[in-house]
Amino acid sequence: MSLFKVFEVSGSAVAAQSQRLNVVASNIANADSATGPDGKAYRARQVVFQTIQLTGSSGAPATGVKVNGIVEDSSPMRRVRDPAHPLADKDGYVTMPNVNVVDEMVNMISASRSYQTNIEMMNTAKGMLLKVLTLGS
Amino acid sequence: MIGKLDQNLSFHSNALVLRSQRQQLLASNIANADTPGYQARDFDFAAALRAAGGQGAAGSAAQGVVRTSAEHLKPAATVDGARVQYRIAAQGSLDRNSVDMDTERALFADNAVRYEASLRFLNHKIKTMLSAIQG
Repeated sequence: MSLFKVFEVSGSAVAAQSQRLNVVASNIANADSATGPDGKAYRARQVVFQTIQLTGSSGAPATGVKVNGIVEDSSPMRRVRDPAHPLADKDGYVTMPNVNVVDEMVNMISASRSYQTNIEMMNTAKGMLLKVLTLGS
Repeated sequence: MIGKLDQNLSFHSNALVLRSQRQQLLASNIANADTPGYQARDFDFAAALRAAGGQGAAGSAAQGVVRTSAEHLKPAATVDGARVQYRIAAQGSLDRNSVDMDTERALFADNAVRYEASLRFLNHKIKTMLSAIQG
């Protein structure tokens, strides 16, 4: 029954998108964290999506998504001049996270829309399956 | 008699199976809308249905290749003899992802409605036969 596969495919996408949303939330929350557990400023993180071939699928190929890894953004850190800051260096600059809040907001909207779409697909598949149950009655 | 019953129902049951497989394929496309390098796929529904009903030439051609070594390329994925093909992107993107959300969602909804249509046809056929049996 390949309609059940829709749940697996969309379910994997929902899980991946929620992980992306999680990473976005952590980026936005730490947009101003000048120091972390290692004493350095926070670096923005991004998820990397990868396709996975779902096993045991007959006929049409079923391809899900998974988060392959979380990479740290290598773009230069933001340098803010604030001599009164306790973490300021000898020139009076503080190294702040390289989080771009606008980018993160866009990322968040994109993730939540994708999440919504996949939930809708599961609803459609559920409706189709429920209609099959009424066949012949 | 049973053969006739089966013949009566087989067209729409074939269509139903193919519709659900297509739904699965379109779900894969939508799920991978944000995956870099993913290429959207689909198959020719009419050709697949023809092949499933045993009227098409597509089925015989698809079985021509036999893999005799594990190093050979795998033959392309098929759905009842119709090859799963890559969609031509209307607007390409930098990450080589060719999923067009509008197209995929429209096809997904379209496929769901046609699935229901097949289901209703099947339902009516069953009802007709039942009334013939029960009088």
